[in-house]
This record gives sequence, structure tokens and C-alpha cells, in this order.
Amino acid sequence: MTQPMIKLVHSEDETMLADAARGFLDGAAPVSHLRGLRDAGRSHDPDLWGEMARMGWAGVLVPETHGGADMGHAAAGILAAQMGQTLAVSPFLSTAVMAATALRQVADGRTDQALRQIAAGQRTYALAIDEGRKFDPGRCDLHAVREGNGYRLSGRKGFVVDGALADRVLVQARTDDGLVVFDLPAGAEGIERRARAAIDSRDSADITFDGVVATGDDLLGRADQVLRPAILAGQAALAAEMTGLVAGAFGMTVGYLNERKQFGVTIGQFQALQHRAAHLWCEQEVTAAAVLNAGRQMDAAPQDAALAVSIAKARATATAILAVSEGVQMHGGIGMTDAFDMGLFMKRARVCAEWLGDYSYHAEIIGNIRGI
Amino acid sequence: MQHAQDPALFRSQLRQWLLDNCPEQMRDGQNTEDTICWGGAGWVFSSPAQQQWLERAAAVGLTVPTWPVEYGGAGLDRAREKIFYEEMARINARLPLQSFGIWMLGPALLHFGSHAQKLHYLPPIARGDIRWCQGYSEPGAGSDLANVQTHAEDCGDHWQVTGQKIWTSYADKADWIFALVRTDRAAPKHRGISFVLIDMNQPGVTTRPIKLISGASPFCETFFDGAKVPKAQIVGEENRGWDVAKYLLTHERQMISGGGQGLQGGRALGAILADTAGPEGRIDPMLRADALRLEVDTLATGMTLERYKDISESGAEVGDASAMLKYMGTELNKRRHELLMTAGGLDALDWDGAMGSAPADWLRTKANSIEGGTSEIMLGIISRRVLGLGGQS
Ligand SMILES: Cc1cc2nc3c(=O)[nH]c(=O)nc-3n(C[C@H](O)[C@H](O)[C@H](O)COP(=O)(O)OP(=O)(O)OC[C@H]3O[C@@H](n4cnc5c(N)ncnc54)[C@H](O)[C@@H]3O)c2cc1C
Repeated sequence: MTQPMIKLVHSEDETMLADAARGFLDGAAPVSHLRGLRDAGRSHDPDLWGEMARMGWAGVLVPETHGGADMGHAAAGILAAQMGQTLAVSPFLSTAVMAATALRQVADGRTDQALRQIAAGQRTYALAIDEGRKFDPGRCDLHAVREGNGYRLSGRKGFVVDGALADRVLVQARTDDGLVVFDLPAGAEGIERRARAAIDSRDSADITFDGVVATGDDLLGRADQVLRPAILAGQAALAAEMTGLVAGAFGMTVGYLNERKQFGVTIGQFQALQHRAAHLWCEQEVTAAAVLNAGRQMDAAPQDAALAVSIAKARATATAILAVSEGVQMHGGIGMTDAFDMGLFMKRARVCAEWLGDYSYHAEIIGNIRGI
Repeated sequence: MQHAQDPALFRSQLRQWLLDNCPEQMRDGQNTEDTICWGGAGWVFSSPAQQQWLERAAAVGLTVPTWPVEYGGAGLDRAREKIFYEEMARINARLPLQSFGIWMLGPALLHFGSHAQKLHYLPPIARGDIRWCQGYSEPGAGSDLANVQTHAEDCGDHWQVTGQKIWTSYADKADWIFALVRTDRAAPKHRGISFVLIDMNQPGVTTRPIKLISGASPFCETFFDGAKVPKAQIVGEENRGWDVAKYLLTHERQMISGGGQGLQGGRALGAILADTAGPEGRIDPMLRADALRLEVDTLATGMTLERYKDISESGAEVGDASAMLKYMGTELNKRRHELLMTAGGLDALDWDGAMGSAPADWLRTKANSIEGGTSEIMLGIISRRVLGLGGQS
């Protein structure tokens, strides 16, 4: 009954973490960094990830006994938000948040080495879950049939984030005993990866599994035990990334309102725009509270965090779409140009909106919990 | 009763105290204009239970849980305040007392009042002995509040106040009024205003009720014709009433946003939607979609209110962000009541029909985005003061 009281303000340590992250990212991963990668046809920067790992970000959810920093989900959200603000490219969400959370659920020591390598930035992961047009982890046709002591996996996954370049893949498969998760090397025989030309210029892939052999040890566990916590952690951190994205896009917009002149005055003096900007700020504040609450709930009682996480992801989705739509509109023609950054925010927002469940997916979860 | 410092101990003490002291009749969660206990010299209790509940809560400071003990409160910090509301909600208890004194004047006095003023005015508010109303708006000073013209003539040891206020909620029921009056006509408009406390029980003060679209008439025109105000009854400095006025508004706005009464008053949306299902059990998909969006926003806005309480507990003033809380909370409340009316359908079209006070409540919410500063004014405050956008507002 007496839960620890959740405080919806950042502690001094958290503020310091955010400031340090901002300082680093402004130097090493401003929006121009994403643009540069995109123009060079790349979707990952191993050096950048190496630096993040040295600062402890790759091990943010890895136990200290395994070389991690074990800072918790609220802290992971802070880092994700800072990355979102400048659209920093990294495998943070799939590797440091989701894979680490999944691997931590396995208690028998089999994943110790993997966790160590994640924390050290020496191993990246992708999660292969989606098979249809919409996020739906309950839908899984990829199957694993028993063969001797092991399994043989066949099927396909789509929109595997970081899937083209990751070292390993956590793949959800259907067995006679229900849904399970395997941990496989991405280069295993029978795995074929095709990079997608994603609108946000990030790594995502379609992967086919054609009779891929897995041992009993490769099977991490049941999806509800291993994957579900990882998805929740990912949704919370993704919602946090989206608040950063909103802050980035909104900052540009307010800057422009104070700078662009028409009719002899800055356009920020037009009340029609002021009120829309103010409304957007309000939405941003409400979403920020929901996101912080989700991080706190994940740290306090992850098994009870589903409601908080879905509220955060639903709100973040709606707010991000509003922020980038208003962002383009209030910039006028320049907002539509590739040379200007707002388009990059808009495209990333669209991907984030779908990834790990869109508004309606999360609203449905909330409705079920709240009896609506 | 001495309230325990330790949160867990406090919770168990309080739980027992509530069981022993909150009358059964007061555990129905009702929180409408008709069921609220407003207090005041002329207050007629709706039941002996209502009176008992007020007296028992006031005796242990729980009508104003966070006010200092010496001014009639319970001196609770934020952690125990949260527990207080959780435990009240657990047994569905009504608030023992609500008033403009608690929501508005109290916070302003705690911040700007002298010790003597606090000792004099706060305990009667906490006990529900004196009922206050708010004399801000005038016919020519609505959104442009600093344009108030009600004039206070300096008569040495007192002022004589003359002028007209309008939209004064419950002026006809109140004992005292806190009012903005002009004490310097020559100064720029924000610099000639004082914040004074006026006893309404005197010949120079009259009120005339105005009927609202909801059929009720809880607000009034208030006329001052040489009303006498001793000089000790000024809060803050002469001609600096605007600072007090603005500070009070930030508390009023937080309260209207739902901070005072909770955003989710009444039945759960799920139960209300279930009533709309036909024989096949089909719930209108548009209605359900609206309800889901409303629920998402309500829960998230509730977290935002909590977050700002945490922020103010950590020492920072909520200040201009109260405009955001007010704007979001009131627009949400209007959405909620539009949805309730749609869900009520034909049953919600009579004043005394199957949906009870739903139509009157729905109409009342339309004022939420007007009173205490309109939504447009809130957006103006945010764009100017938070976002730093210049020009018209
Ligand atoms: C139920 C209720 C209870 C109230 N209780 C009290 C009370 O107890 N005490 C008290 O003092 N007052 C009270 N009020 C008054 C309330 O504070 C005013 O109604 C409010 O401040 C708006 O002023 P107004 O009615 O003059 O509208 P106006 O200021 O004339 O506004 C008319 C419209 O113009 C818009 N507008 C005005 N200025 C701008 C601008 N700069 N930019 C864009 N749009 C603008 C407004 O948003 C509004 O939509 C109450 C009002 C209501 C409805």
C-alpha cells in the first residue's frame, strides 16, 4: 500500500545528467550529424556509439555487476530525450534500453556476457517483432519448430529497427508452447537482411529467417517474461525521445517566430500564431509530465507500469505530430525545404509515432485498463 | 490530534480518524454546487452530517491541510497532503469545506499578509465562519482587469469606496469581499490599484443577483456607495495591489484547473458509456474514441497538476505556468461535459431528468474557460511571458 512517493520533478543528479548529455550531444551529434550521415548513405556512426558507451549510456540499464551504470528508466528517458532533441543517431533504444531489459530478465547467467558487451558498447542488438502493417506483438507467424535439442526458425520480420547493422537479433517466434524469444547472431546462416530506405534515414530492415538453426541456449525465454518488459521499457524511452524531438522542433519554431518579419513586424507578434504556439507549449508540458511519470513508474514497479507507459506514448505521439506539423506551417516555404531541419524532425516523428504502437494502440490499452 | 510526521504512520492515523469522524452521509463523493459546504455567517447546513463533518475536520486543521497550524491548518507537507487526498478518495469523502477564502484569499494572505492579518483572517476561513467573495471584474474591466475604476477616496484612517463590480460569484451570500480598488487615478493603470478587504455587512454595499444560462444565479452585481474600509484592511502596499491580484490569480487558476477538486469528479467514463449500449451491447465507436482521447488527456493532465505541485513544493513558484494548467484543465472539463451530454442523449435534455443535474453542470462548465481569465488570455500570458513573443497579446 505505502508505495514510495513518486516525485514528478527532476532530482539534482538527473538535471546534471541532462545537462552533461546536452553538452556532449551539441558537440558530437547536432542535427547536422544526422544530415551528414544521411547524405553519405550511412545510418549508424560506430564512433559516436563508442563515445556514448564510454559515458555509460550503453549500460544505462545494465547492472553494475556486469559493468553497467544501472541508472534506471527515468535516467534512460532523460538520455533519450536529449538525443531526440537533435535527432542523434544511435542504437540506444534497441540495444541499451530494450535488449538490455530483455536480457536482464534471464536469471541463469546465460546472458551475463551479452550484458557486459552491451555496456561496453561492443555489441548491438535489434528486436525483430513486427510482421504486419501495425505494431502488434501478439501477432507472430514466424515459427520455431523443435529439431533435436534445438529449433529451426522460419518466417519474416519487417521494420526491424537497427536490423541491418546490429550484431545480434532478438527475435520473437511462435512455438507449440507459445511465443518465445531467441537471441541469435545477425549473420547466422539462413538469415537474410534487407535494409529499408526509411524516411527518417535510420537503420531499419526486413529480415527473413529461412530454416535458421537455434540451440536450446539461444532461447531466452517466454515472450511475456522477456519481451514484454523490454517493450514497455522501449515505449517509455521512445516517448521520452519524442519529448526531446518536440522540444527541438518547438525551439526552432519559437526562434523563427521571433526572427522572421512580415508586414513590418516579427511574425510572433501575430496573435493567431502566438496562441497556436502557446497551445503547443501546453501540450508539451502535459506530455512531459506523462513521460516523467512513466519513467518513475518503470523504476518503482515495472509490472504495474503499463498504464503509465501507454499514456506517455499516446501523448508523446499526438504532441510530436502536432509539433512538427505546426513547425512546418509556421516556417512557411522554408519549412518545406530539404536544406532546413524541420523536415528531418517531421520524418523522425512519423517513424516514432508508429514504432512500438501508435496512438490508437495505446489508447486501446488504456481503455482496457480503465474499463472504457 | 497531533498529525504524525512519518508518512506511513500519518496514513494509518488518518485512516482511522476518517473512519471515526467522517459521517456516512458525507462519503458519497458528491462535489456539485448544491452539495458543497461553503460556510459563512449565514450558512444553512444541508444536514447535521454536513455540519458535523465541517466541525470535526476544522478542529484538526483538515479543512486547510497545508496551512500552518497557527492559522487553522494542519501544517501538512506535500507528501502527507497527497496521502490526505488519497485517503479521502478511498472512502469517497466529500471535502468538508470549500471556499474562495481557501482557494484564493488564503494563499494571498499567507504570502502578502502581515502576521496580525493572518491571525485575524485565516482561522475564520479555516473554520468556515466567514465566507469571502472576489471583487475583481467590473463592467469595463474584464480581461483588461487592470482597468478597474472602483475608486477608494482617502479619508485619513480609512477609505470610502465607490463603484461597481460585476460577475461577483456568491456576493449575495458572502460576508466579506476582497476587492481591487483604484487608490491613485493619476498613476499608470497597474500602479494605482490596491487590494483591500471589505466588510459587506454595511450600508454602502449592495448586491443584485444575475441569472446564469444554467438557471442558477450564483453571481451578482456588487455596488459600493461610500463603503468604509479601515486602512488596516489593505493587503500589501498601497498602489501595489496588482502584485497581490496577480499572485492570487495564479492560485485561482490552479484551483479552477482541477487542482482543487480533481479532474475526474463523478462516475468513471467506462460506466457512463456502458449505459449508452443498446440491446446488442454496442457502444458508439465515435463516442468511445472521444472517451479514450479524453481519458488519455485527463490522466496526463492530472500528472501535470501533480508535477506542478511537486515543483512548487521544491520551492519554485508556479507563476505563469498556472495559465497553462488553467487552460488545459478547463478545456478538458468542457470536453468531459460535452461527452457526458452526448452519452446522456435524450435523457440529458431535461432539468430534472434521468441524468440529474447533468445539463446544469454542463452549462456551468462553459464558464470555466472564462472565469479567472479566459482561455485566450491564458494563451496570451504564455506566449508573452513563457515564450517571449512580443506585440499584441
Ligand atoms: C461563472 C463566472 C463566475 C465569475 N466569478 C467572478 C468573481 O467571483 N469575481 C470576479 O471578479 N469576476 C468573476 N467572473 C468574471 C470573469 O473573470 C470575467 O468574465 C473574465 O475575466 C472575462 O471578462 P469579460 O467577461 O469582461 O470578457 P471580455 O474581456 O470582454 O472578453 C470577451 C471575449 O474577448 C476575448 N478577449 C478579450 N481580450 C482579448 C485579447 N487581448 N486577446 C484575445 N481575445 C481577447 C476573451 O477571451 C473573450 O472571448 C466570473 C465569470 C463567470 C463566467
